[in-house]
Amino acid sequence: MATASIAIVETPLVNYALRRGDDALILGHRLSEWCGHAPMLEEDMALANMGLDLIGQARELYSYAAQAEGAANTEDTLAYLRDVRQYRNLLLVEQPNGDFARTMLRQLFYSAFADPYWRAMMGSSDPTLAAIAAKSEKESAYHLRHASEWVIRLGDGTEESHRRAQTAIDELWAFTGELFHVDDGDAALIKDGIAIDPERLRGVWSETIATVLSRATLQRPNSDWMQQGGRAGHHSEHLGHLLSELQSLQRSFPGATW
Amino acid sequence: MYTQALNAPQSDERHLEDADKSARFEARVANEQRIEPNDWMPAAYRKTLTRQISQHAHSEIVGMLPEGNWITRAPTLRRKAALLAKVQDECGHGLYLYAAAETLGSSREELVDQLLGGKAKYSSIFNYPTLTWADIGAIGWLVDGAAIMNQIPLCRCSYGPYARAMIRVCKEESFHQRQGYEIMVTLSRGTDEQKAMAQDALNRWWWPCLMMFGPPDQQSQHGNQSTRWKIKRFSNDELRQKFVDATVPQARYLGLTMPDPELRFNDATQHWDFGAIDWQEFADVLAGFGPCNRDRMAARRKAHDDGAWVREAAQAYADKERARRAADNAVAA
Repeated sequence: MATASIAIVETPLVNYALRRGDDALILGHRLSEWCGHAPMLEEDMALANMGLDLIGQARELYSYAAQAEGAANTEDTLAYLRDVRQYRNLLLVEQPNGDFARTMLRQLFYSAFADPYWRAMMGSSDPTLAAIAAKSEKESAYHLRHASEWVIRLGDGTEESHRRAQTAIDELWAFTGELFHVDDGDAALIKDGIAIDPERLRGVWSETIATVLSRATLQRPNSDWMQQGGRAGHHSEHLGHLLSELQSLQRSFPGATW
Repeated sequence: MYTQALNAPQSDERHLEDADKSARFEARVANEQRIEPNDWMPAAYRKTLTRQISQHAHSEIVGMLPEGNWITRAPTLRRKAALLAKVQDECGHGLYLYAAAETLGSSREELVDQLLGGKAKYSSIFNYPTLTWADIGAIGWLVDGAAIMNQIPLCRCSYGPYARAMIRVCKEESFHQRQGYEIMVTLSRGTDEQKAMAQDALNRWWWPCLMMFGPPDQQSQHGNQSTRWKIKRFSNDELRQKFVDATVPQARYLGLTMPDPELRFNDATQHWDFGAIDWQEFADVLAGFGPCNRDRMAARRKAHDDGAWVREAAQAYADKERARRAADNAVAA
């Protein structure tokens, strides 16, 4: 027996909170996959830490989305009872962990955006989003530092680590354009001062990436072709597998309390 | 998570050592004074502690695997965060304990090599599989519960760094134990399927948990020396009985049935009598023939091998940085 997915009334605000919540949950879930399998115990601790921060952010954003929707949804129905087409996360964060270089480059690309993003969102006219931003900003600053330091070490480490880091950049680069995605619903929220225009962050993001890659002796790819779709539910094939694992108990035992 | 009496034979090296120092050491231990890393200690004391602390550290690290098996499938976001934090705590305990072992003169790398080479042991309990979500509850309730019984006396262990590590570890373990029990309460108040899941988990984990306390006292090979050195404060059987006495009422509160038809309260001793433990199973699991021994070691070896290039990169970068700084200083001079 399977549990049907929930329906959601996607107002611009609900959608906005859901998208950021989905980013945090899916990336947090990916990081949690490392737990017990990292290259060193210190990194088991650090990856779990970042995963916990992100899962915490997801819970706050889902609770706010549920409240904004005003229906019977909760953080758990939003996380566990939406199918792949209802998820709104960036394609970047659903990409598999791959090797440690790929995980760290994915984190760098995301955190180099999330850090200035949450700092800017502290000025949101929506007090709940501003409060979530104030907490998330501290966390994302640490995530960015951690990922940057590792990318520098991998890029400027051994031949093998350099090759792996460059491969990760080349494979993930096409998913970075979506960080700056805005649709009509977002535009209305930006106009009202609830959301910030991500275009404002493109300069600082590019500069952070350029600085880190340069210290790491790594190259930014020449291609500027960008793949998009996550924000509208057009995902890679990876997300369905992640969700089938994440949601397995809620789907197998409908209505149970855990 | 946990330490276990594994009864490896040990040599007696005291005859090689200074009789005066040895007498002073024994007197300090007898007076409940802590032995610290720079203090003189008998070689056999150092060896016993290195073995026990490193086995304890290995157990924490291998113990991340059975619970880690459910992080990606935890049924709610709250449970997911709690489980991830719990497994992270186990990793922290492992790090602490490797650091405590290092104060006795063995490096973490050396100790980890012993584990990966199959020369060092870890707790038998982690060679059992986590098959359902209820196993996460049962591990917290029973495995962490048994660990606490073992570890609280270790907070008074004669070796200072181990005793102090145990104080923090025990605080976190008792939090984990409550979390595990709370999962069991939720399941036992849930649907029929959830209740069956909880009962099945208790059935599978109960006997292996009783084995965690090590062989019966009459078979224990080196309990006496550890007791005299105040490393061990209670015998295996004493701790096992304490655990049974504490756990039976908790199972009743959950409405679960203990998988032991011989379990009954003894009015004369005021303890719960329990049935015979299958010591052959314990011996088999310790010898490498448990249900998950091969999977656990394969997972640890894979993490170690797959991570080698990352550790090499970090080392290469540190070397380059040092060379760059030296070059800068040479120019400045």
